Amino acid sequence: MSTEAPAAARSTVLATGRSSLGRRLLIGAVLGWFALLILVPTAALAKEALSGGLRTLFASLMKPEVLRAFRLTLVTTALATIVNTIFGLALAIVLVRQKFWGKTLLDGLVDLPFAVSPIVAGLMLIVLYGPKGWFARPLAAANIQVAYAVPGMVLACLFVTLPFVVREVVPVLQEFGVDQEEVAYTLGAGRWTTFWRVTLPSIRWGLAYGVTLTVARSLGEFGALLVISGNTVNKTQTATLYVHDAIDSLDPQGAYAVSLVLAGTSFVLLVGMEWMRKRVATREGKA
Amino acid sequence: MAEPTISSPSAPPSGLILRSLTLGYLGLMVVLPLVALTIQAAEPGAGAFWEQLTNPFALHALRLTFITAFAMVIVNIVTGTATAWVLVRYRFPGKGLVNALIDMPFAVPTVVAGLMLVVLFGPSSTLGAILGKYGWGVIYHKPGVILALLFVTYPFVIRSVQPVLLEMDAAEEEAAATLGAGSWTIFRRVTLPTLWPSILTGAALSFSRALGEFGSVAMVAGNHPLETKTAPLYIFGEIESENRHGAMVVSVVLLACSLLILIFLNVLQKRGGRAHVH
Repeated sequence: MSTEAPAAARSTVLATGRSSLGRRLLIGAVLGWFALLILVPTAALAKEALSGGLRTLFASLMKPEVLRAFRLTLVTTALATIVNTIFGLALAIVLVRQKFWGKTLLDGLVDLPFAVSPIVAGLMLIVLYGPKGWFARPLAAANIQVAYAVPGMVLACLFVTLPFVVREVVPVLQEFGVDQEEVAYTLGAGRWTTFWRVTLPSIRWGLAYGVTLTVARSLGEFGALLVISGNTVNKTQTATLYVHDAIDSLDPQGAYAVSLVLAGTSFVLLVGMEWMRKRVATREGKA
Repeated sequence: MAEPTISSPSAPPSGLILRSLTLGYLGLMVVLPLVALTIQAAEPGAGAFWEQLTNPFALHALRLTFITAFAMVIVNIVTGTATAWVLVRYRFPGKGLVNALIDMPFAVPTVVAGLMLVVLFGPSSTLGAILGKYGWGVIYHKPGVILALLFVTYPFVIRSVQPVLLEMDAAEEEAAATLGAGSWTIFRRVTLPTLWPSILTGAALSFSRALGEFGSVAMVAGNHPLETKTAPLYIFGEIESENRHGAMVVSVVLLACSLLILIFLNVLQKRGGRAHVH
């Protein structure tokens, strides 16, 4: 970030006036709190998961129900990510590039899933798609099961991750402006060509960031899935649901093992996001 | 910034189709479920709604949710502001790593977060045993709920205050220092007034998140109805025990609170924006 250097330089002027003991204490307190809340619990989980050795860890992870749970998590995450990337991109374009009545309301609606408890999200889906729900009859007639089945779980992931791509793409799209797009039009490029060759390349880091957030949230979704899945082992059990069940059914080792994999995955995603944020920042710095 | 719509080439039907498709998706995914839940909750009438809401278990769950969320917010305002301050103003080894790991709670699944806390502070852990000896039960007690909320909301205040601190002009602080003000006075009288809107934004975001938090709290709370059962846990319990109306009533109350916070945030941002202009 371009503002960081001067801010730091200026602050040294101020810092000289501050007692260095007070500063050290404050840094120590902040780091201590961070360690106590984030680092030590993570380390404790890793220690427990590895307490029986790597072989036991692998044995826990290779159980057929664990593998099935991970596979289901991957499937729901992939589907939710694909759909919300497409619609999120479209929503961002509509919000930034079009003018119409009720746009402010639409803008607010996009954020709503962030304000809804995952449990409430699951309940809303049951009210619509459950056995006594609003869509129960047409769904039964078409012989499609949504609640307590995979389609309902994908819907749950779609709901909770809907805002991510929109929120990350909107600011980048705003900043990018329409000049280059208009040049492409003037030069005779079609709408699709312009989108693929001009718009998409310039918003790619914002988009990638939003997609990564979507993936991370879908992988970790729990509450909404717990309600809508009915949680049948081997059929609708995802990795997070497995962790919850394994603790209840007194198989803590399995829960630790799966949790460690999930935590490791989110760590990798986090590192990726940090890298992307730097890319976005340097782009902004150049502009 | 002004965003002119692309005038002639994009106005024709393709723009309208795109708009209808996206509006339709948003309607089906967000608006319809909300409307359905609200209608279903209100359908049996105001009396039935009131009865479900004033059920002692529901009331206790709602009260506990607000108390724990409030306790979390107080802690987060202090620690979050201090963390942002230290990250922006001071240099120390490992700063880059800490800064990168701040967002960890947003990436880690909530169940995993809860499990981590149980492993570290649970009754069968070393730390939990020591704390338990002094009568400080954490896991399966209220402090555990607050701890879980603190974990999942850790980044909000920091990430809200950090950019404001970075962009802040230090001239006023320097002037105060030159005039002989102590560092605490400078912070209180000069820095804090500028930071308040961003602190409040972070606090409101974390409060809203805490009202609905389920996964981590479910892991640390155990099953103690009038002790650690927050509103989301209560809702889940009522769904499981086939009292769907009770679940919906509490859900609507939670939703209304979250909506109010969203509106509050919007107002705050608009006022903040205007203050910036002047």
